[in-house]
Amino acid sequence: MDDLLQEFIAETRETLEALAGEVVAWDADPTDRARLDAIFRFVHTVKGSCGFLDLPRLARLSHAAEDVLAAVRDGSRSPDTALVNAVLAIIDRIGELVEAIDSGVALDDSSEDLLIAALAENAAPVAAQVLTVTTQPRAHSRSVRLGVDLLDRMMSGMSDMVLARNDLARRLRETDFDPRVEAALERLSLTVADMRETVSRTRMQTIDALFGAVPRMVRDTAAELGKAVNVRIEGGDVELDREMIELMRDPLVHLIRNSIDHGIEGPTERTAANKPAAGMLAISARQSGNQILIDIVDDGRGIDTEKLAAKAVAQKLFTHDELRLMSEAARCDLVFHPGLSSSDKVTTVSGRGVGMDIVRSNIEHIGGRVLLNNRPGRGLAITIRVPLTLSILTTIIVEAAGQKFALARQSVDEIVKVRAPQVRIDRVGGNRVATVRGERLPLVDLAALLEISDQADHPDTLVIVAAREGNFALAVDGVIDTEELVIKPASPGVMATGVYAGHTLPDNGRPMLLLDGSGLAARAGLSFERATSIDSGETHVVTDADRALLFDDLDGQRRVLPLATIDRVETVPGDAVRLTAGRLRVACGTSLIPLHATAPIAPHTSVSLLRLTDGLGEVAYAIQEAIEIVELPDTIARSTGTGPIAGVILIDGEQIELIDVHALFTDVEAPVSAPPICLLHADQTGWLSHFLKPVIEASGYRCVTRLDAGQTAALALTMSDGPVGDIEPAPLVRLRASRDPAGPQDDSIYRYDRDALQAVLARGRRG
Amino acid sequence: MEQFLIAKIAGRHVAIPTAQVESVIDLGEVLPAPLAPPEVRGLVAIRSRVVTVIDPDVALGLAPSSLERRRAVITAVDGHHYAILVENLDEVETLERQPLSSGLALGDGWRGCAGGIVEHQGEPMLILDFLAWIPAGAVAA
Repeated sequence: MDDLLQEFIAETRETLEALAGEVVAWDADPTDRARLDAIFRFVHTVKGSCGFLDLPRLARLSHAAEDVLAAVRDGSRSPDTALVNAVLAIIDRIGELVEAIDSGVALDDSSEDLLIAALAENAAPVAAQVLTVTTQPRAHSRSVRLGVDLLDRMMSGMSDMVLARNDLARRLRETDFDPRVEAALERLSLTVADMRETVSRTRMQTIDALFGAVPRMVRDTAAELGKAVNVRIEGGDVELDREMIELMRDPLVHLIRNSIDHGIEGPTERTAANKPAAGMLAISARQSGNQILIDIVDDGRGIDTEKLAAKAVAQKLFTHDELRLMSEAARCDLVFHPGLSSSDKVTTVSGRGVGMDIVRSNIEHIGGRVLLNNRPGRGLAITIRVPLTLSILTTIIVEAAGQKFALARQSVDEIVKVRAPQVRIDRVGGNRVATVRGERLPLVDLAALLEISDQADHPDTLVIVAAREGNFALAVDGVIDTEELVIKPASPGVMATGVYAGHTLPDNGRPMLLLDGSGLAARAGLSFERATSIDSGETHVVTDADRALLFDDLDGQRRVLPLATIDRVETVPGDAVRLTAGRLRVACGTSLIPLHATAPIAPHTSVSLLRLTDGLGEVAYAIQEAIEIVELPDTIARSTGTGPIAGVILIDGEQIELIDVHALFTDVEAPVSAPPICLLHADQTGWLSHFLKPVIEASGYRCVTRLDAGQTAALALTMSDGPVGDIEPAPLVRLRASRDPAGPQDDSIYRYDRDALQAVLARGRRG
Repeated sequence: MEQFLIAKIAGRHVAIPTAQVESVIDLGEVLPAPLAPPEVRGLVAIRSRVVTVIDPDVALGLAPSSLERRRAVITAVDGHHYAILVENLDEVETLERQPLSSGLALGDGWRGCAGGIVEHQGEPMLILDFLAWIPAGAVAA
């Protein structure tokens, strides 16, 4: 807040100085529209800032002056001398107040009413003595305001100086030089290093400059949406390049608004989900090495990946097959897909389908990354990683065909030796594919891509590059070291190749090019559109019904499952699988899903699951690994045995068992999600809830004694002498204690007539 | 009257307006810039600056000049520095710029870079316009 206040004071002071001339000119010619506008803008700005900074006296003065000036502007008042004088008196007083705030002295406010009163039409002229207020001499300022341009020039001059020093040092080293020269060079080096540090600091600003406006923004956004949100801010004293701060502003605003709009639920929904009515938004910054990490964490509903996936399909961005085989994280990242928004409705705040993709590209543009940690139902944590400054980059130096290239450290995920046991390189079609710890990545040979080496020899090292679109393995001859480099844009002709992000001059004096990960991927023609390792690119149209997923089953057998039944593939920890109530079940998020497994699952490993759905219920099938999507042949050798095998098919000459999905679902109880509700009108004996409730629940109902708002019952039960609601919400069934009906009109059921009860329950279930 | 640096490029004498010349230098080691346009021979460090080296022979549609060629004229375009390789350099002369005579047919490559004609010791010479040789960025770079 102090920073903001200081900025306000400096700005007002500056405008006042600039305005002095305008004021005099307006005084001389009150009809001068341009001067009037300038003065109006000034009071308007002051008014705006005061409201924000909580300076009520200034706000009142500027507001009064603004009103009058507005009246003059629209012609409803004419600018006579009295009015001009009164306005000028107020501008003077604003100046005095600003100085008083700066020097921390109190200023008597008794005359302000008079100043404002003087603005009124036909007011008495302001008494001269009102204006003579003694103020302290202006506090001696220890700061100057500089344009960022100037700082930039200083910074770039500094980089040149560092390079010149390196050049000098290198040249001197080539000759036998005088120790005195060496000492002088040493001193120069120290000074240059010190200066570089200082100059860098002039560009640094605490991130408070970015966070300062957040609480207000959160309050306004939340109010607009009828939500209550508490905000917690930490790490505001972390320093960041001021240019970086400016570049971060829009993405941060967008992410915060998104969290409030889409993430945090309305108070009713939150209460229903057992959360405090007010949402929590925590924003924090911390430094880690030469990176700044900004976390935006909310406790809202998280990203609904199902809905997102459905949208992606509806908008034909992906096919069902692709989505089904995507990892949960990949589905989550769909929010960054251009034109896709998880929100149904367009609000004034966000949800126009533009934004997240722009946020991500803006952050990546400044060498940063956006990571999502989605906890469905519990919130979303967004982490933004950005480098400390724009001009100095930590790079990894790689070598290919004898030439060195730099790669931004930021974009390198991992460096692995090809000889390492967890690395395998295969030829798939015309291309090579690297498999690193089970993850299949397209392989790009740097020397071959840059056409600096003809023969594709055996690479020594793989650099796993995280490009915007996806990861790939870059084969290089070696990784030399890491170096902090000043990167400058290369000449347009070189940049036009698309594979470079700039050039640099390291200490050895030999120019080096900085590679651009995304550019390399594009040049290599890598397409990450089909984001899975399973190729589903058939040329002719095949419906889901004809296709199946080939996989390695847990028992080592290769089997297929019809693709249409697979909802998605998911990896869960083995601990999530338990033998409970007589069968294997797996806990997936909040739901419990029956599981089929052909071999025991070790508790401390992770296991891949195929989640199957028949549209209502769900069953999981544990597998070792998904292989590919195949077409089901017409001929199936029907199975005669037992077990969930429908038959055997031939795929590429291999006998493969086809799983009988029907059998998987046959022995599964009715879906546990949202059972119909049976309303019990409690009687005094409690017979209904003690005796009958277990029977009713066993047949798939949930029993309640009272309907909550929004609930509807499929069936209502009462004893024939029991209580009845005024309006029955559901078909009412009466039970009687005596075996025989009381008369011909008696449609009640004997309470131990199990068959009749079951019939009633079955009827209710059918709705 | 204008000052021109007389240089020899691709076997011809040409006049380079001195206003375009920042300095004349013998280049050190040139590092290739893979995939860059062919007239870009590579990058070189001159006075702690990375400079793009242009081979005018290639720009003129001829075979690349010898890798031994080291002498270059440094020029700055849009904040980027370029080194244009030359065969040799003569003196600086004050000469009068004349328009290209109409109907004068220049060799293919020369047409784009001719900025006029000067007469030096009775010999007509083309005035070089470097800009034509500076490879532009892809789209509005």
